[in-house]
Amino acid sequence: MSANTSNGIRLSRRRFLQVLAGAAGALVVGVRFAEAGEPPLPPEWLGNDFHDLGAYVRIDSEGNVLIGARDPDTGTGVATALPMILADELDADWNRVSVVHLGLGVEAGNDGHPLWTYGRQRGGTGDSIPAAWADLRLAGALARWLITQAAARRLGIAADRLRCEAGTVIAPDGRRVTYGSLVDDASKLDLPTHAPAPKPPQRYTLIGKPVGDVDAHAIVTGQAKYAIDHHEAEALVAVLSHCPWPDGSLASIDTAPALAVKGVVKVLQLKPEADQPPGHTVIAPAVAVLAESTWAALQGRDRLKLEWKPGPSAAENSAALEQQATALLDSQSAPTTRVRDDGDVEKASKYAAIRVEATYYQPWLAHACAEPMNCLVRIDKDKASLVVPTQSPQQACAVVQRLTGIAPESIAIRVPRVGGGYGRRLDHDYVAEAVLLAKAANKPVRLLWTRGEDFTHDYYRPASVHKINAVIDHKRNLAGWNQRIASASALAGRGVPADRLWSSEVSADQLPAGLVPNFRSDWYAQQSALPRGPHRAMPHLANAFAAESFIDEIAHQLREDPMKTRLRLLGEPRSITLQGGGTLDTGRLRNVLQLVADRIDWKDWLHSVNGLGIACWHMDGAYVAHAIETSLQNDKLGIERVVCAVDVGRVINPLGLEGQVAGATLDALSTALNLAITTRDGKVQQHDWKAYPLASMAQLPNSVETIIVPDDGRPPAGASFLAMPTAAPALANSVFRVSAVRVRRLPLMREFLRLS
Amino acid sequence: MAPAQAHGTPAVPESGITPVAVRSGIAVEINGERFVHTGDPQMPLLWYLRDVLWLTGTKYGGEHGENGADLVLVDGKPVSAIGQPMNRLADKRITTVEGLAANDGTLHPLQQAFIDEDAIGCGYCTPGWLIAGVALLKRKPHPDDSDIDQLPNSCRCGVQTRVRAAIKRAAAGKAGPA
Repeated sequence: MSANTSNGIRLSRRRFLQVLAGAAGALVVGVRFAEAGEPPLPPEWLGNDFHDLGAYVRIDSEGNVLIGARDPDTGTGVATALPMILADELDADWNRVSVVHLGLGVEAGNDGHPLWTYGRQRGGTGDSIPAAWADLRLAGALARWLITQAAARRLGIAADRLRCEAGTVIAPDGRRVTYGSLVDDASKLDLPTHAPAPKPPQRYTLIGKPVGDVDAHAIVTGQAKYAIDHHEAEALVAVLSHCPWPDGSLASIDTAPALAVKGVVKVLQLKPEADQPPGHTVIAPAVAVLAESTWAALQGRDRLKLEWKPGPSAAENSAALEQQATALLDSQSAPTTRVRDDGDVEKASKYAAIRVEATYYQPWLAHACAEPMNCLVRIDKDKASLVVPTQSPQQACAVVQRLTGIAPESIAIRVPRVGGGYGRRLDHDYVAEAVLLAKAANKPVRLLWTRGEDFTHDYYRPASVHKINAVIDHKRNLAGWNQRIASASALAGRGVPADRLWSSEVSADQLPAGLVPNFRSDWYAQQSALPRGPHRAMPHLANAFAAESFIDEIAHQLREDPMKTRLRLLGEPRSITLQGGGTLDTGRLRNVLQLVADRIDWKDWLHSVNGLGIACWHMDGAYVAHAIETSLQNDKLGIERVVCAVDVGRVINPLGLEGQVAGATLDALSTALNLAITTRDGKVQQHDWKAYPLASMAQLPNSVETIIVPDDGRPPAGASFLAMPTAAPALANSVFRVSAVRVRRLPLMREFLRLS
Repeated sequence: MAPAQAHGTPAVPESGITPVAVRSGIAVEINGERFVHTGDPQMPLLWYLRDVLWLTGTKYGGEHGENGADLVLVDGKPVSAIGQPMNRLADKRITTVEGLAANDGTLHPLQQAFIDEDAIGCGYCTPGWLIAGVALLKRKPHPDDSDIDQLPNSCRCGVQTRVRAAIKRAAAGKAGPA
């Protein structure tokens, strides 16, 4: 036991900065989350099991640095960016840093509730970096402080005269001591009474520098293991056939042909639990074939003779829902929620010089994760271990606990790199299925959803209809904006109060709120049986398409350059307080807009043979603009150039950010061009990639020119889906310039062909 | 008890182990190694790789392999592993993503170019992009944009522009740590 067994610096009621002596004489520092008054973790807890490292850094006597990334990396680059923050603060040599994807950190709490060792653990929700920014720097700063103190004692020089560089402490006289040789001494030092201050930003050496993905080598060599790649001794492979209707039931089943397949062991049935919210239970009634191999399970499923009985949802179809939404918005009936009402839109309407109205239609969307839903689970008497592709291991743990009664601290959840999330993996219906099957079969289970199940049993992004009326006054200013949105809330049935169901469908602060004196935003609830849930950049994706297309329509009515219309609307640089917290800085928004305009030569806007389109947006304290150039040759639409500018405050990894910006842009273009989920007789019509065709290489631009606003004065904002919302409206606006066809319905390609 | 030894045959110690007859099967060469598949001849190559050999670099993308995550090279040509039953592959040479690098670990120039261009989103379908790209470079060492446009892969993370840059980088012989 080392001297600082219970050495911790309290940062807040629940957070401790802590040093642990590892079994191998390493220095281990991290932020630990604990209840007040609870003793910090004993060092035995750590042992040599690197998987148990939290938001921690471990430096061993060889100088190797191991950093745990607590949030799941679904392709957002957090497993690279989070460790960079800590490594910079530590002045570590990045070439000596290894990153571990952490599993769930959970211990027994004092009141029966689980205690989350690492604080929040969530990925793909755009807030990993802002949430960890402060703690990671403190952990790195403490490790560096301890190492410097140890060096000071060894060299006989005051600590404040030493400097650290790439894993080495350097004295003024040129003497150098490596971190590795100091960790044993450092781990025995008493801690300071207060957390050492992090570096001033001008001394950052890694933050702000381009760093490649930490998993890149493993990925390109095929060695990276996703959850779907994991095996377990004696595990049965489970493949499912779900009822096409979430509220349907099994009418008849003949399992004999399936059981006759060599290797098929069992056929089991699953049913949703009526008292559980979506994402906590099975998504629809299902029959599972359990077999000794995937191939046997698949053959068994193909031979099942099933008849499903429809439930009430069989009356639903997406085209009728859209008609109903349109009728609702035309009816002048009272909205479900008046989300925002500034000034007096009715009065403004009386003094209108010009009125503009348009209605926009956007479809249901699937998540279409590359790695289909899957889960590996082993349940022993009083413990469980799982490998789960999840964005929220804590939620996954809650599902396992509820279904097994096993205490959270005995549930081990490993989360390797995840093959895409986009919100789908915040729900854990597939974990519930795997657990129920493992219990019933009394064997470990490796659950695999085939692609057809993945497309037809999703928590979809709901379709929406947006109708906007604008009033232009005699000074050609936008005096009134009245938007009405009808959709089936993605939050319905999820324990959210009725008066908050709008919040997944519209933001109270979305553009041009705060910029128009008379502004109203109404939401009309629709009912649908189709499962719905969180989806990438929701609700901004749908709202930006409507609002930023509409601003272009206003500019057209005014016979004005749409860039000028936007700049007039934004006005002088100023800070506007948002209803949802935070501010809108119109100067930062103007800046990103101007940057993309300059890069794409916007001054040629009117005379360009190709069409130029532009759009801007703000969300969660970050700013984005797109400018897109499209061409039309022989009725063939081509995306010639795409420029995107982002302002996210401080940038941790510009290479990672560029990847996120290009990636989100291409995802948004692919979605806008091609994608829609439709239902007929309550059944989802899209079963495969052919019916839900992500854009091909040929459809997409050859490059995305990315401009990152250098902004070191602010803490980092989230960025993983920042570039989603403005791509579609910039595209539609450019298509209007090149073709005179105004696309108000997505997907754009189908609508463009219909209209032109 | 073992039966009495036949006259003139060397004595075999008693072990209780009955030798199993050598089974015949489908011989394939995967990443330079010989394997014999003795299971269901109809089993698609994808499940043989993933379930039997635990070569999990080749990914499941869908029932018809349309998104390219399960591409492998069979005698140098890119094919979807889920569409290839083992009985069609007798004596074929198969290369998966695990076999692209040299035996000493030196990466294929396109693998290195993917790292240099950070052409990685979630990474799940990266092996498929690599196989398609390696096949393209073999067929056409200096592909132009319209050649790259023909790649069959799709991806929601939006790596397409970075994959394009990586293929061009590899073609130009610029691959290598900066």
